[in-house]
Amino acid sequence: MQPFSKHTGIVLPLDRVNVDTDQMVPKQFLKLQTKQGYGRVLFYDWRYLPGDKPNPEFILNWPRYKGASVLLARAGFGCGSSREHAPWAIADYGFRVIVAPNYADIFYSNCFMSGILPVRLPEAQIDELFRRAEQQEGYSLTADLPAQTITDESGLNYRFEIDEFRKHVLLEGLDEIGITLKYAPRIAEYEKSHQPGATMYSPVDAKYSPNR
Amino acid sequence: MNPRTMYRKIWEAHLVREAPGEPSLIYIDRHLIHEVTSPQAFAGLRAAGRKVRRPDLTFAVMDHSVPTKDRNLPILDTAAAGQFDALARSCREAGITLFDMFSRNQGIVHVIGPELGLTQPGQTIVCGDSHTSTHGAFGTLSFGIGTSEVEHVLATQCMQQYESKTMHIVVNGKRGKGVSAKDIILAIIGKIGIGGGAGHVFEYAGEAIRALSMDGRMTVCNMSIEGGARAGMIAPDDKTFAYLEGRPYIPRRKEFQEAVQSWKALTTDSGAKFDATVEIDASALAPQVTWGTNPGMVTGVTGRVPDPGSFRDPDDQKAVARALAYMDLKPGTALVDVPVDRVFIGSCTNSRMNDLRAAARVVAGKHISKNLKGALVVPGSMIVKSEAEAEGLDKIFMDAGFEWRDAGCSMCLGMNPDILLPGERAASTSNRNFEGRQGKDSRTHLVSPIMAAAAAIAGHFVDVREWNVEAPE
Repeated sequence: MQPFSKHTGIVLPLDRVNVDTDQMVPKQFLKLQTKQGYGRVLFYDWRYLPGDKPNPEFILNWPRYKGASVLLARAGFGCGSSREHAPWAIADYGFRVIVAPNYADIFYSNCFMSGILPVRLPEAQIDELFRRAEQQEGYSLTADLPAQTITDESGLNYRFEIDEFRKHVLLEGLDEIGITLKYAPRIAEYEKSHQPGATMYSPVDAKYSPNR
Repeated sequence: MNPRTMYRKIWEAHLVREAPGEPSLIYIDRHLIHEVTSPQAFAGLRAAGRKVRRPDLTFAVMDHSVPTKDRNLPILDTAAAGQFDALARSCREAGITLFDMFSRNQGIVHVIGPELGLTQPGQTIVCGDSHTSTHGAFGTLSFGIGTSEVEHVLATQCMQQYESKTMHIVVNGKRGKGVSAKDIILAIIGKIGIGGGAGHVFEYAGEAIRALSMDGRMTVCNMSIEGGARAGMIAPDDKTFAYLEGRPYIPRRKEFQEAVQSWKALTTDSGAKFDATVEIDASALAPQVTWGTNPGMVTGVTGRVPDPGSFRDPDDQKAVARALAYMDLKPGTALVDVPVDRVFIGSCTNSRMNDLRAAARVVAGKHISKNLKGALVVPGSMIVKSEAEAEGLDKIFMDAGFEWRDAGCSMCLGMNPDILLPGERAASTSNRNFEGRQGKDSRTHLVSPIMAAAAAIAGHFVDVREWNVEAPE
């Protein structure tokens, strides 16, 4: 997983509450078998007119936000479906940081798997960031994970809280499965003492079943 | 011993490792998988040279992309076909039980789990699908996960998780006639908002919850995620044990009796503390209808489409205005005056026998409105389908002008041929009404099965209490 330490980028102010993951990646794009290539379809229904022509009214298509890599959002970002395709699309598009008051739980966890830093800041600070981003063309922010700060070029400096473990995993770009597998003996111990199982007592119409 | 919540009991029983400042490692009893969120997980496993640790605790089904008719014909959607092939190949390689498109036990993953008796009180259950909370109706800790976590569970049979806060949602009183389990959960979400449960696991309790059948409890738990919760659960009781007895993966005879004794011990101890409590009076509830573009934008059927200006928060005002524009609804419009183009009865929320029986009672001897472009009934599983046919429900629906289909997720999320066309408005028994959910530019109103059935007959929403019909038990 791509490690994250510090990132500076142009801010895209997405000024809507409760942006759900169906908007980030509509269902027809969930049929791919890869993790790559979703950036093209991020916010598809808002972003494109019929015939896949970019919708000039949608903020992602405005020239001043070309190359944006910091997504500024409102409350409830990532609500709805657990589809991890949503953060894949956000990362594939080029966003490395999201800044919002709060996120849906599953989406928040999924961000870390894609090397995206999801920052939580109080509503009043988010309001200020929206004001600055909308007023100033090319407005950019720096997210510093070790220092846990969001700063801009005009002296703004906000500290954010983040769970120590998640911070460590993101800083090091650690493989979460590798971490867990280090505890394989403990897992085996649990299995021995608890004997989790799924015995089949009457037949079912299934293939490849190992259960008896 | 300190009094513990059911959540805490299940959590502690599954702890493999905990350490300060780190997420805990918890063991997963059941890993349910389907074709949409698993391909990348299996690919990742292969790429890393890892194997599935417990194929015997992993169960797969094809449900999201399956066609609900003409299943014997070649799948036209090559991408979906690719996903089915990938799932079949991965299951064959790992020795994972697969309920494929032609299995007699196939259906929506959250319908077949309990139906097969895979879902058992006290378990931890995960699936790459947010409505995994459905299984909480049996007193389990069940939650949705993303594809990376699917890969993690395949490789380790564990999850890294922080313990959640708990919210006690107590629903007292008796539901009025015509008020369903669906209305209870929609009203809860309307009250707390779609982010209200963030960071929490819900435990639903109270007289009205106890009075629900297992089908009704599954409906309530199903939409916990829509209230922002990590999971939702209901303590098991005699109804739970009666539902499970005799199902394929449920122990028999003496072992069953022993299991029941241990399941009874799961209930929250008296005196256990919850981090938050919400109380709802079921007797005050009306049948609910969503008017907006998230499940929290909901009101009683006798209500009206709200005015954006009536919301205090400017962000909410903007969101409501946007929602009304998308839904093509004017403030002040009575919900009963809103016409529908299509009706969908199905989804993991409401597609079980009680839902279908109640909807059939509404439409028996009647016909769908000539204003409707179509109406669909999609049983939650092939078992539900055959049981419904044995009771003649299929004939009742078809005589009334509904299409009767094979089991799958169908029009809930339109990943298969069942979608709404742009601009169409549907009464749907599913769980999400986001923009474009059922088809680009389509308009979804979430309702209970009997409300959907009544809307199909009338051609617009009606207060089904005036029709003197019973809600699903």
